[in-house]
Amino acid sequence: MSKLRVVHYLNQFFGQIGGEDKADTAPLKKDGVVGPGMALNGAFKGEAEIVGTVICGDSHFAENMDADLSQIIGFIKEYKPDLVVAGPAFNAGRYGTACGAVAEAVQAQLGIPAVTGMYVENPGTDMYKKAVYIVSTPDSAVGMRDAVPKMAALALKLAKNQSVTPEEDHYISRGIRKNFFAEEIGARRAVDMLVAKLAGKPFTTELPMPAFDRVPPNPAIKDITKATIALVTSGGIVPKGNPDHIESSSASKYGKYSLAGVTDLTAETHATAHGGYDPVYANEDADRVLPVDVMRDLEKEGKIGKLHEFWYATVGNGTAVASAAKFGRSIAEDLKAAGVHAVIVTST
Amino acid sequence: MCTIVPISKTVGANRIVPTVAIPHPLGNPALSREEEKVLRRKLVERALKALTTEVDGQTVFEQ
Repeated sequence: MSKLRVVHYLNQFFGQIGGEDKADTAPLKKDGVVGPGMALNGAFKGEAEIVGTVICGDSHFAENMDADLSQIIGFIKEYKPDLVVAGPAFNAGRYGTACGAVAEAVQAQLGIPAVTGMYVENPGTDMYKKAVYIVSTPDSAVGMRDAVPKMAALALKLAKNQSVTPEEDHYISRGIRKNFFAEEIGARRAVDMLVAKLAGKPFTTELPMPAFDRVPPNPAIKDITKATIALVTSGGIVPKGNPDHIESSSASKYGKYSLAGVTDLTAETHATAHGGYDPVYANEDADRVLPVDVMRDLEKEGKIGKLHEFWYATVGNGTAVASAAKFGRSIAEDLKAAGVHAVIVTST
Repeated sequence: MCTIVPISKTVGANRIVPTVAIPHPLGNPALSREEEKVLRRKLVERALKALTTEVDGQTVFEQ
């Protein structure tokens, strides 16, 4: 049997184009393997071979999704592949979203199997886990050696039309139910589970509940000209010098900073601590992320009641969802105690 | 206010205002400083409109 033909999708970083400064790279293709493709090729153990690599910058994809996707699918098609592997993207949000979108489009438009890999908290996981096979990976590229063999094995099985399960093949459950004959009747299994639960013993549910974090919307502000409005950002805007040393990724804290007497953020006074996007524009003028100048104008003109005297900032870059939820609760409590009526949250 | 609206939807935001680009959501370095501030004001005013509008679920304010 001839080797299966594989196309590998990568972002600008793993595609060896460059870091955040190259995140606006438009889609391109290269024959053969690039970067982690080498390890992937090895993991195919001669059964499949990467014939081409398609690369796109994370920001470029996120901002031009439809156009980039059709160009990427066009490039992939030219290689006449039997299957496509995207990533792994670990906990990189834009990359994960791109990998999921590429894998979904490959399946739908080219009718061949696709596999990607992500950390379970990657936003791309929630968006695409139902549509595509996402191998569960650690949260950083340190996990490459763990992820690649699992992705290769799953890809080969899918290409050979073999049956797969989340447990055996290490992918994140797609929520597909399959009928099978159980050894015990349902009543027996339910009582066994209940007995185990009461005894504090482990048991496995047959119907895991999705963890949707949804809150009902707050009522509208009746009179915005009387309202105190606060600014909060995950874009990392801090006083220049980053006094609280907020981490450039996987932030463990947020900062609270005074806006007393501040009417405009400038390159001399403010900057971003965020390590996940090109900081040039925010460092030139942080109002591009945290619109203090415009809020001050609106305040002066009486269009809003008041701009709250503090802003809150953290870095939303690989930051654990649990940490972000904790920051959010704490910031919200502080804002409520200060009598703030509404919040504008900006994200990058 | 965010550039990647599907992510805001996934995390459960209720009032969403789409913005310009990931590294400069409320600006555009290709414009003059004056034009840029006009753009920023338009987006912030859209956020104020979102805050003063009753919604019964996740809502994207395109204009």
